[in-house]
Amino acid sequence: MLIFEHSVDKRRNPSQSPRDMADISDLPQSCLRETAPKLPAVSEMQTVRHYTRLSQKNFSIDTQFYPLGSCTMKYNPRACNKYAMLPGLLRKHPLTPAKYNQGTLACLYELQEMLKDVTGMKEVSLSPMAGAQGEFAGVAMIRAYHDARNDDVRSEILVPDAAHGTNPATAVMCGYKAREIPTDKNGDVDLDALRAAVGPQTAGIMLTNPSTLGVFERKIAEIAKIIHEAGGLLYYDGANLNAILGKVRPGDMGFDVIHMNLHKTFSTPHGGGGPGAGPVGVSERLVPYLPVPMVTYDDKSYRIISEDDCPNTIGRLSAHMGNTGVLLRAYIYARLLGAEGMVRVADYATLNANYMMVRLKEKGFDMAYPERRATHEFILTLKKQAKELGVTAMDIAKRILDYGFHAPTTYFPLLVPECFLIEPTETESKYELDAFIEAMAEILQECHRDAEMVKAAPHTLPVRRLDDVRAARQLDLVWKKNA
Amino acid sequence: MPFIPHTEAETKTMLDAIGVDSIEQLFDEIPAELRINKLSNVPVAMSEMEIGRLMSDRAEQDAHLQCFIGAGSYEHHIPAAVWEITTRGEFYSAYTPYQAEASQGTLQLLYEYQTMMAEIMVMEVSNASLYDGGSALAEAVLMAVRSQRKKTAKRIIMPRAVNPNYRRTVRSIVSSQNIELIEVDYDKASGQIVIEDGCADNNDISALIIPQPNFFGVIEEVDALTNWAHKHNILVIGVVNPIAMQLLKAPGQWGESGADIVCGEGQPLGIPLSSGGPYFGFMCCKEKFVRQMPGRIIGRTVDVEGKQGFSLTLQAREQHIRRSKATSNICTNQGLMVTAATIHMSLLGADGLARVAAASHKNTLSLITAISKIDGVKVAFNNPCFHESVIQLARPASEVLDELIQYGILGGYDLSKDYPELGNAIVICATETKTDADIAAYSEAMHAVMHDLPIASNDQ
Repeated sequence: MLIFEHSVDKRRNPSQSPRDMADISDLPQSCLRETAPKLPAVSEMQTVRHYTRLSQKNFSIDTQFYPLGSCTMKYNPRACNKYAMLPGLLRKHPLTPAKYNQGTLACLYELQEMLKDVTGMKEVSLSPMAGAQGEFAGVAMIRAYHDARNDDVRSEILVPDAAHGTNPATAVMCGYKAREIPTDKNGDVDLDALRAAVGPQTAGIMLTNPSTLGVFERKIAEIAKIIHEAGGLLYYDGANLNAILGKVRPGDMGFDVIHMNLHKTFSTPHGGGGPGAGPVGVSERLVPYLPVPMVTYDDKSYRIISEDDCPNTIGRLSAHMGNTGVLLRAYIYARLLGAEGMVRVADYATLNANYMMVRLKEKGFDMAYPERRATHEFILTLKKQAKELGVTAMDIAKRILDYGFHAPTTYFPLLVPECFLIEPTETESKYELDAFIEAMAEILQECHRDAEMVKAAPHTLPVRRLDDVRAARQLDLVWKKNA
Repeated sequence: MPFIPHTEAETKTMLDAIGVDSIEQLFDEIPAELRINKLSNVPVAMSEMEIGRLMSDRAEQDAHLQCFIGAGSYEHHIPAAVWEITTRGEFYSAYTPYQAEASQGTLQLLYEYQTMMAEIMVMEVSNASLYDGGSALAEAVLMAVRSQRKKTAKRIIMPRAVNPNYRRTVRSIVSSQNIELIEVDYDKASGQIVIEDGCADNNDISALIIPQPNFFGVIEEVDALTNWAHKHNILVIGVVNPIAMQLLKAPGQWGESGADIVCGEGQPLGIPLSSGGPYFGFMCCKEKFVRQMPGRIIGRTVDVEGKQGFSLTLQAREQHIRRSKATSNICTNQGLMVTAATIHMSLLGADGLARVAAASHKNTLSLITAISKIDGVKVAFNNPCFHESVIQLARPASEVLDELIQYGILGGYDLSKDYPELGNAIVICATETKTDADIAAYSEAMHAVMHDLPIASNDQ
């Protein structure tokens, strides 16, 4: 049932709003609306019960193992939420003068400093509100750098074919053409193809390392050399930073600009699809172009840096300091981990992934890159099962849901057929990993025994497989009474 | 080890299964010269108790100030149930609902949210949210340009009466797309947008942005502006306050045919001020533009047994399918913020939200009536305002605001940087959270500041 179907005219919650309806007769009639919006008229308990019940229809980290590759679904510590939501922090208006918001700014400044260390970059701006906005900021800075040098022939951003879809979309938003570079058979960037593609038109390259193929790009130093010699810059997509935290730093690999996904590596909640946070870090030469606002410290107090302080900034990406509350959660998480804890994140994320890869191989699954180490994630291909048994990666993903696990990422990266991208994260125990591995083995048996049953999965969730074609063709985006 | 459950024995078993001696060996594909051994600028770990203490100390700094700033972010009462339910782990720690069958809770909630926003705005469709009000306006500009491909140039009228931080955001985000942003002025007496006749003569303007209320709190002549735009084949982008829309004419009813795209800041619907984020941007449009809309959209459909269900739809617009041809690079919405807003709207209902809107209007009116009696304080514009208003002072605004803080009052937002022509001007706001006593305290403090009286003692 929808919340609107619980609604009864004239029902209200008197304790939730002002006791009286204030007189607004001073406003001209012509600017007023004639009828009130038809929002639900429900009691407080009906609301609480309805949304509590809805929540129970979700899979989440707090209730299920969630090995969604490239998404880093690790435990979101409750302390991060509790202490980021202290009333004193929530009450702060964004336009409060900095000297009266020192507590929040202290946390943000210290987070900037820690992220500089973790990434090996010269400066960090926290303001981008999601990974995709961090990417936008990064490529916009690359553009600003070339523009400032009057180097206006650079028209292309190179993107490996395995890249996340946001990479080419971002390049285009920044006024560039995206040019794809193929991957070699071992999962590394094809260097010959790269050499053939670079030229005076190359503005830069967007790379994820470890790549979206779940392997470390071993020739990174060579790639950096090729791009830099052509006058281009290197952009690091920090989606997979969890795998290398405290082990190797993008700044040391030669990257000029990086975005981090704090909702992945720094454990801020995904919230059913946001809010995230996508801070950017840069090497020396891109510092003047960083997005504002940022926080600085002058021995006594914290201050906000804005457009006036940075004449060459690419500007502002939101009205204020991005998703501040998310940044506070990341700050608390970083302090709880400390330097040693961060290195352990990479250790155990990598251990868990390699363990799962080996055990799933034993159970008869094919790996996309069997000769390579897994990083914090790995790719399994179900091409054989699809061909021999007619069961697709999507079918098996849906069947995994019946076993009480969230499915891995499916059909990404696009270049591996019928693939699963599996990322267990460091916060899962061996017990959970074993249970998932056993479930996968059992499903493989089911595919042989009763493929039709697997193809009809899921069987135990609130709904069966949904008609997506109908959803797109007979658009029903808002509810209408009696429709 | 914080948040890592492995025992030594388990780690050993796992390493044996992999066939390596140490975890270190798992990193052997990383070139040795790139490896680091430690992080030198990250402090040692704190316990939960220690970080709790640190955060409490920081949160309590300056926590007593009474806030009379609006300017895009508004203090409203948020019912206790809103964040109690929103931070349930099942909402808080779920991912984007790609696996629809395992995400019906979030998906149904987003469908309900879309319905509520479309109802408030009287628009046909809504998306599942964008990052914030400023970036939503930038996306609306890009969407309008995509919807006006036949125009010879990409020009947008963006009045100066639009929130200056939104204008900055729009400029940063659309700067590489050859879009010209034309800033038009406001009338110095009324505070309303002024559009010169003839500025649409070349038929090359894609859209007009209409704020309601505008950044000065002033109510715009939305019907006339909308009709003017449509007469010249210009799309109308409304950027509106969702609380004001409970009482003011909804964008879908502006002029003869209504606004085409509507966006704005969703923060007033149950999101705390939190130093500026996370908030959420909302976006609604006429159905004929839905394929140009950025961001996630949820549709209602049926499963194989004909049972109602919800899923992400129109994904062919999006980056993970279209890559370089996507409508935007946007990958997430602000799901958790929308969860809070949806619960907030359900709890208050139309009646409750209208009361909030009316009380905010009345309190602001009481405040400006009281302080405008003070020598050296006057209301800048003669046109009706909604729940904030521009005040001109006989002393520098920054000094006055600084001194008001001595009385525990955040007295407003200084306009001298963005609107120097207004002189010593601030924009102030009193929402429903302010009592008559709060308003009287502000007024007394302003009187003392303007007359250079000593600070009243608080010992009573």
